[in-house]
Amino acid sequence: MSAIEENVMPHATVAAAEEVRMSVRGLNFYYGKFHAIKSVSMNILTNKVTAFIGPSGCGKSTLLRTFNRLHELYPENRTTGQILLDGEDILDKSVDATALRARVGMVFQKPTPFPMSIYDNIAFGVRLYEKLSPREMDERVEWALTSAALWNEVKDKLKQSGNGLSGGQQQRLCIARCVAIKPEVILLDEPCSALDPISTARIEELVNEMKKDYTVVIVTHNMQQAARVSDYTAYMYLGELIEFGETDKIFTKPVQKATEDYITGKFG
Amino acid sequence: MVKIDKASTPIFKRRKLVNKFNMVMSGFTMAFGLFWLSWILFTLLRDGLFALDLSLFTRNTPAPGSKGGLLNAIVGSVLMAGTGTVVGTPIGIMAGTYLAEYGKRGWLAPATRFINDILLSAPSIVVGLFIYTTVVARMNHFSGLAGGLALSLIVIPVVVRTTDDMLRLVPDSLREAAIGLGAPRWKMITKVSYRAASAGIATGVLLAVARIAGETAPLLFTALNNQFFSTNLWGPMANLPVVIFQFAMSPYDDWHRLAWGGAILITFGVLGLNILARLIFRKKI
Repeated sequence: MSAIEENVMPHATVAAAEEVRMSVRGLNFYYGKFHAIKSVSMNILTNKVTAFIGPSGCGKSTLLRTFNRLHELYPENRTTGQILLDGEDILDKSVDATALRARVGMVFQKPTPFPMSIYDNIAFGVRLYEKLSPREMDERVEWALTSAALWNEVKDKLKQSGNGLSGGQQQRLCIARCVAIKPEVILLDEPCSALDPISTARIEELVNEMKKDYTVVIVTHNMQQAARVSDYTAYMYLGELIEFGETDKIFTKPVQKATEDYITGKFG
Repeated sequence: MVKIDKASTPIFKRRKLVNKFNMVMSGFTMAFGLFWLSWILFTLLRDGLFALDLSLFTRNTPAPGSKGGLLNAIVGSVLMAGTGTVVGTPIGIMAGTYLAEYGKRGWLAPATRFINDILLSAPSIVVGLFIYTTVVARMNHFSGLAGGLALSLIVIPVVVRTTDDMLRLVPDSLREAAIGLGAPRWKMITKVSYRAASAGIATGVLLAVARIAGETAPLLFTALNNQFFSTNLWGPMANLPVVIFQFAMSPYDDWHRLAWGGAILITFGVLGLNILARLIFRKKI
């Protein structure tokens, strides 16, 4: 515990040349009276994968959900501080949440295909923002499914229900749905926790692919996964950001004793 | 050797005995309920089947002693049940949507839900009297419209309840996914929640229709009856339940026969609706 209290400032050793896409500044989060995130500051870099790790209840999913203001669905949730997306504070009430969500997409822990056809699952999101001709929409659907490595498996059954797919396919459908609206940032909230190892490997491959075009933030319980897919890792504990830096460093030479304990499995 | 046969110890013997007793008792109560139900159905079939013929559907209710059918009553029942459904369903679905989607906090939704549950179990004759004082007494005459409105008051709580229940079964993760894509709330509800709950809501509406198909009390004070064929919702209107009631009470044999015919029509109509509701629900799940 003392190790945590000694030094709450994150050790963000970020090269200056990198472009910052999102910047969290002194963010606090409250579920009613419960203080779930305690003055967290960090930078999310463009076209990099940033992983949030930490034990259950440490606030990593909560933090992720504030990135596209999903917490607003529940009025007892409250935030202070700033999250800048390209310099603009997205927590500001004047920022339209819908417009924000077009730029910052989210994929959830459990696959959540909508109760409609595979095609409509993709088209639903696109139609919220764009008016495409049927041909353009067909192309967009194919493109999104291809980028989620799902096209070959579903191209002959686009009119079938998305619920008929396997868990791994459903999750890739959700990724395709998210990609289809062409966001800048993609948030992945433990996207593999409900999947088997083979599906997990495919999603991880996909994450590697995605960072060419998008900024990716992934929450994961699986430290090997964080080590495999991410460029930067943030370790959180009890709502505080304990350590943040390049994944290689975090996993080989963590500065904080607490981080090392968690990574090596000595922790609780 | 490990002793496998623990069943001989006293505590297991007692459990087995209690289990057997409860099995027998619950089987008995089920048989008790089924007995009366099958007696009713048997009597209905025995006395009603011979009443079924084509003239039931082609001729109107007759004067005592002359031949006739139930055409006006069937048409009236369909018209009023239709009015009740058309008026009640949208109101019910909208109120149920409010309860499930918007009423997560505050006192309004729980209070509405509680009052709706009372309405759900309100005696239908009260509903009939309510429409009598508010509509019939003011229009100064009975009407099919008043009958339809009375039936809609029975439809509303049923539809509110099923819509609310079915929408609350839709996982919040699905709502978050739609919101997370940037869908406004109304779009999330109409495009995602409704689709996920559509089979359940449709079932609820069908069950509400089945419920009002056999209601007598609310029509007695509102639509009254009409021995002639009429599709005029502004005037008194014949309907199966009230015709059955009147004809069964009469001293005439051919009226009795028609009452049996009407009873069998309603019973099988309701049975058909229930089967349809189950089919729809099963297909979607």
